[in-house]
Amino acid sequence: MINPYSPILMAPISLSTDLSAFRFPHPHLLGIEGLSPEEITLLLDLADAYVAQNRQRDKKSDVLRGRTIINLFFENSTRTQTSFELAGKRMGGDVINMSVSSSSIKKGETMIDTAMTLNAMHPDVLVVRHPDAGAVKLLSEKVNAAVINAGDGRHEHPTQALLDALTIKRRKGHLDRLTVAISGDILHSRVARSNILLLNLMGARVRVVAPLTLLPTDIDRFGVEVHHDMREGLTGCDIVMMLRLQTERMHGMFVPSIREYFHFFGLDREKLSYAKPDALVMHPGPMNRGVEIDSELADDINRSVIREQVEMGVAVRMACLDVLTRYDAPNPSGPNPSGAA
Amino acid sequence: MTKHRTAYLNARLLDPETNLDERGDLLLEDGRITDLGPGLFADGPPSGADIVDCNGHCLAPGLFDMRVQVREPGEEHMESIESAGHAAAAGGVTSMVCLPNTNPVIDDVSVVEFIARRAREAKLAKVFCYGSLTRGMNGTELTEMGLLAETGVLGFTDGEKALSNPLVLRRALSYARTFGLLVIQHPEVAELIEDGVMTEGEIATRLGLPSAPAEAEVMMVERDLRLVALTGGRYHAAHVSTAATVDVIRRAKRDGLNVTCDTAPHYFALNETSIGDYRTFAKVTPPLRSERDRQAIVDGLADGAIDAIASDHSPYDQDSKRLPFAQATFGIVGLESLLPLTLELYHNGYLTLLEALRKVTINPAKLLRQPVGRLARGAPGDLVIFDPDKPWRIDVDAFRSKSKNSPFDERPVQGVVLRTVVEGRAIYIRDA
Repeated sequence: MINPYSPILMAPISLSTDLSAFRFPHPHLLGIEGLSPEEITLLLDLADAYVAQNRQRDKKSDVLRGRTIINLFFENSTRTQTSFELAGKRMGGDVINMSVSSSSIKKGETMIDTAMTLNAMHPDVLVVRHPDAGAVKLLSEKVNAAVINAGDGRHEHPTQALLDALTIKRRKGHLDRLTVAISGDILHSRVARSNILLLNLMGARVRVVAPLTLLPTDIDRFGVEVHHDMREGLTGCDIVMMLRLQTERMHGMFVPSIREYFHFFGLDREKLSYAKPDALVMHPGPMNRGVEIDSELADDINRSVIREQVEMGVAVRMACLDVLTRYDAPNPSGPNPSGAA
Repeated sequence: MTKHRTAYLNARLLDPETNLDERGDLLLEDGRITDLGPGLFADGPPSGADIVDCNGHCLAPGLFDMRVQVREPGEEHMESIESAGHAAAAGGVTSMVCLPNTNPVIDDVSVVEFIARRAREAKLAKVFCYGSLTRGMNGTELTEMGLLAETGVLGFTDGEKALSNPLVLRRALSYARTFGLLVIQHPEVAELIEDGVMTEGEIATRLGLPSAPAEAEVMMVERDLRLVALTGGRYHAAHVSTAATVDVIRRAKRDGLNVTCDTAPHYFALNETSIGDYRTFAKVTPPLRSERDRQAIVDGLADGAIDAIASDHSPYDQDSKRLPFAQATFGIVGLESLLPLTLELYHNGYLTLLEALRKVTINPAKLLRQPVGRLARGAPGDLVIFDPDKPWRIDVDAFRSKSKNSPFDERPVQGVVLRTVVEGRAIYIRDA
């Protein structure tokens, strides 16, 4: 019987799912794609338990004592990196942050070289963000450590989708049969892709709402309803998930201006009134107030769960570190440990 | 409050939308058509109504000119909203749509509001406008199409500039489709034209003028149609002028693409020989084409490949045209010759009278989703009374337009506007 939580440090937490027989069948967490609904449910249950741990005065356990986690970020990030760092530290692991954009790459080292170098130091988990889609998977094939995708290009950001799901599940009690509208820059968003995959898998109904310039081709093939009008797209929704619009895309390339974008696609009370009265507002952050979301609405504790999403982020990342280190499957594609030097 | 009524008696009622062509009467109440038909006033017109006796002349919806340059704001010495309004009135045009190539460019709601206010003050033909596709017509950044549409622009175009960058056009078509709006292209591959001022061929060679191949037009349309298929956007090719372009658009329509086009009178009424001895009034963009192209434009109008005729009214002062041909400005004024030149197609037997009218009334109005261009109960009372047969010679000195740059001066034509009415208000009455 595995009790994941030291009784000395905290009160035992009961999971709705019995973890004793559980073995996470994947060596890495590269995306939502490939996960089963059961695995997602389990990750969410486990994360839910970690929420309680994080709310205690003493937040530290030692379940990852002796494990080394390297946050390898090829793209700048504050909140995701901090969230992973806290997650690792609260579980007693040793966490190192590496911002590669500012070091090795500038010296001409390739991503693979960087990964091999780090691999030689025997880390247990690599948390990797990279501006290119598929780069994290490529890296995972070259190392022995478990790899968590913290965002690769426009492809996936699985921990974001999991933390969004946990936020929704804790508020609404379930994910299935909910109608979720995702609005904003779907085209460039890995968050949207991971969320669409996860929510569909869990039985939610997903809509995307955006101007055509911000929608990827054939997005309707992902099993989503496509809308170009916020009022139409938000009608009857349980969840409104806003996405960030990058500054460089606001001035005539994808949308004409901030003013026009906010007028037609910015979430304000009037547009939100088309959603269900108890609909929740979400945003993966960082927000552009007055661009995709009305500032005052973003702060409304009755509607906005944006800060809760951040809290869930740490818990979800703890759950991910947990399943990949203690209930882990071996990395079949990684190099022979003895050969890695 | 009693309604203001006007009864139009003894008219030949022409409605291109319903193919109505019969003797009858029409009643306007408070600027709207409330009734029409044969024998409407068999028992005499309603008491208290103003009476207009049409004397058997044609009564049709006022012309809808979907391509006009008014030069205001910015170049009021060449044309203004008021002078263009008078020219339109004299030409039987009750609605005109302005290109955004003013100064400043119509790329901001404030300019749209300015034009709307000036049009209200002028109280002549209705004035609509297009917004520019890109900011300052710079070809790179999209304008605030949604906000501009809410302010009332009818579509988007960079005027006489082709939008050449395919990525920008793709995004423009996609973005405009988000709001169901029309994108209008000035179709030419500018890089192929370079400094060409007329169509490449024997005449250009004899004149020794820099010229550009007619293919520059169809190449752009063919490319654009790929983007239309890709985006599902609404695309309109302005002033098509070559046989190849008409063929390509005809085929695209058959394939179900969302494409429409217009042409201007000079492309079916003139060919490149009109340039004659370096006549700069015949310098226009796209340039006048070969006789074979001219005939293809007529055919395209007859079989519906070309949806509309627009005057492409481009007023320029003497200083812009009294120059060596290569240096002169491109453009022809057209508001006051639109109807008689369109009627040439009817008199020459290519189109019926109703078909010819359709190209300048209901077709452009439908394209731009305006409830005008028709004689129907409830429609705005925008009317033209004209004699389709009366011969006269075009006389640029009599033009109300501030600019006289027309190659049609002294051309014998048939068809005279007798009265032009906007929402029940006569804005032009021909001296008896």
